[in-house]
Amino acid sequence: MRLILIETNSYMTNLLEIKNLNVEFDTDEGRILAVNNLSLSLKEGEVLGIVGESGSGKSVTAKSIMQLNPGNTHYKDGGEIIIDDENALKFNSTKDLKKIRGGKVSMIFQEPMASFAPAIKIGHQMVEQLLLHKSIDKKEAKNISIDMLNRVGIADADKRFNQYAFELSGGMRQRAMIAMALSTMPKLLLADEPTTALDVTIQAQVLDLIKSIVKEYKMGVIFITHDLGVIAQTADYVAVMYLGCIVESGPVREIIKNPKHPYTIGLLEALPDVNNLDVPLKPVPGNIPSPLERPSGCVFHTRCNLYEEGKCNIEFPELKNYSVNHQVACLKVNNNE
Amino acid sequence: MNNNLISVKDVSVEFDYQENFFSKKQKIQAVKNVNLNIKKGSFMGLVGESGSGKTTLGRAILAANHISSGQVIFHDEQNDYDLANISKKDLKDYRKKAQLIFQDPYAALSPRMTVRDILAEPLEVMKITKTREETDERVRVIASKCRLNLEHLRRYPHAFSGGQRQRISIARALVSNPQFIVADESVAALDVSIQADILNLLKALQKDLNLTYLFISHDLSVVAHTCDEVAVMYLGRIVEHAPTRELFSNPKHPYTKALLSSIPSIDPDKQNKAIELKGEIPSSMNPPSGCVFHTRCQYVNENCKKTVPQLEKLNGSDHQVSCLRINEI
Repeated sequence: MRLILIETNSYMTNLLEIKNLNVEFDTDEGRILAVNNLSLSLKEGEVLGIVGESGSGKSVTAKSIMQLNPGNTHYKDGGEIIIDDENALKFNSTKDLKKIRGGKVSMIFQEPMASFAPAIKIGHQMVEQLLLHKSIDKKEAKNISIDMLNRVGIADADKRFNQYAFELSGGMRQRAMIAMALSTMPKLLLADEPTTALDVTIQAQVLDLIKSIVKEYKMGVIFITHDLGVIAQTADYVAVMYLGCIVESGPVREIIKNPKHPYTIGLLEALPDVNNLDVPLKPVPGNIPSPLERPSGCVFHTRCNLYEEGKCNIEFPELKNYSVNHQVACLKVNNNE
Repeated sequence: MNNNLISVKDVSVEFDYQENFFSKKQKIQAVKNVNLNIKKGSFMGLVGESGSGKTTLGRAILAANHISSGQVIFHDEQNDYDLANISKKDLKDYRKKAQLIFQDPYAALSPRMTVRDILAEPLEVMKITKTREETDERVRVIASKCRLNLEHLRRYPHAFSGGQRQRISIARALVSNPQFIVADESVAALDVSIQADILNLLKALQKDLNLTYLFISHDLSVVAHTCDEVAVMYLGRIVEHAPTRELFSNPKHPYTKALLSSIPSIDPDKQNKAIELKGEIPSSMNPPSGCVFHTRCQYVNENCKKTVPQLEKLNGSDHQVSCLRINEI
């Protein structure tokens, strides 16, 4: 069954392809490596989940796609982010950037209050971006916006259209944010912790909404979260990040049921599961190292239980195939084939 | 013999609210007629969505909020403290016995003080220790219990990661040797791998120092793993209260059921369908009549809109539910 799926998928072209992306930040204390040699690809209608702790570089990766990282960012030469046969990293004119920002790619952020301008009506903001990206008039844009607000389950959409962001509740604001992001019909949706600030009951509603819209419009989605439960319920593929590197990636079922990298295993064991109260919680030992003191060799070696002196602290593990589709970056994990 | 450390009797907390200078004053009912007993040595969980009043209740128990009506009694070995009418002198005493751990370890610690000074401050302010040597000794003991070493004590908070900072916050709360701790969303800001570490530390300290916790959280899976008992709040009321295992295996209140079904399962094959709650939590400025949950409940009938349900024991067991139709649904 899975093999057939891969076969049909391989005929489809990649919507997004990131090759050897390296992102660095200049800070007062020195240059920090935020994303290290990252490669990934995404096809139409696929949901790719990126999990990792704070500081693992998951948001930086997503922001690189739209070039939203701050001014002290350096993209090392040789990195490519290919959307529709064009390298988005090479874009530097406003005209080119407009094609991706809000055009082909849209982004939903964690805190919807911070993403809406507080003194401009929601409807106005939605219409404004539609006029920027589509050749339509104001009236049409308004109709599309109200229709979109309806689609995401906002009652009295025409009334909400004329309200400000602070007048909506948290869940409603997040829906409005999704409506705005989707109204330009992007090919790729970047969702950066879209449900983290929401209550569980509202989170369930928003996740259902994203899933059904993705299916309908056949968008590609990159779903960033630290919550493995959310990933298990929404994503098709998952990439686990640690300190800027992908340490394991593959189909979501495979990664969760058969994790190979010690960090993925640790994350899963640290996660409290309501259905299994007898298992004690096992923290991943140690702390996430400061980005200024990046460990040598395998970046995870300072916290790893498989650590081998003279190997793990010297050699850098490449992301290698463990089985078809399932990749692991660990020196202690052998190929299964 | 009473083995409750804290008894909350029919407590309500109201806040005044005025939209602007000219508009009429309104009342927000943050907590309404809550009854809750916290046993000595228990790990009591309090869950609910944002706006359900769980933090306000926690603060009322710490005498950090006013109590509009009802009684909160803290049963000490020597005497009982009635927190609604506590004298200034007693309040100073009570502060040593009940402490709070905050949510955000980045905001809770002063960036200008060394860890040693942060931990010593409560001792000096509360005049618990007499000499500097005594203070230092106390700080060292509590720091080592929270797995901070001497080297750490000389540093400033910015040098620590989130998990280590939370350990400093815990040490500061424990340094006055309290009996009761309110942990308000204390692991919500932490990463999963660190979160488990802090939860295990809280558990270990409970045994070591004979602590009683009120653990406030919105994360049900965390509560399931750490607490002995759980109370579920909705719009200022406790709607269900039971031992943890009983609550999670046999939830009775429709709200608890919806809440539990909304937790995303880690198993991708288990696409459990969340019981969808219509709309959102109503405003506590004008809560619905009758049962406050009736606007979102799937089992609502006419009676629910009129009669206020009481928290009642289920067949005489420890399981308490506040629902009018509990026997029918």
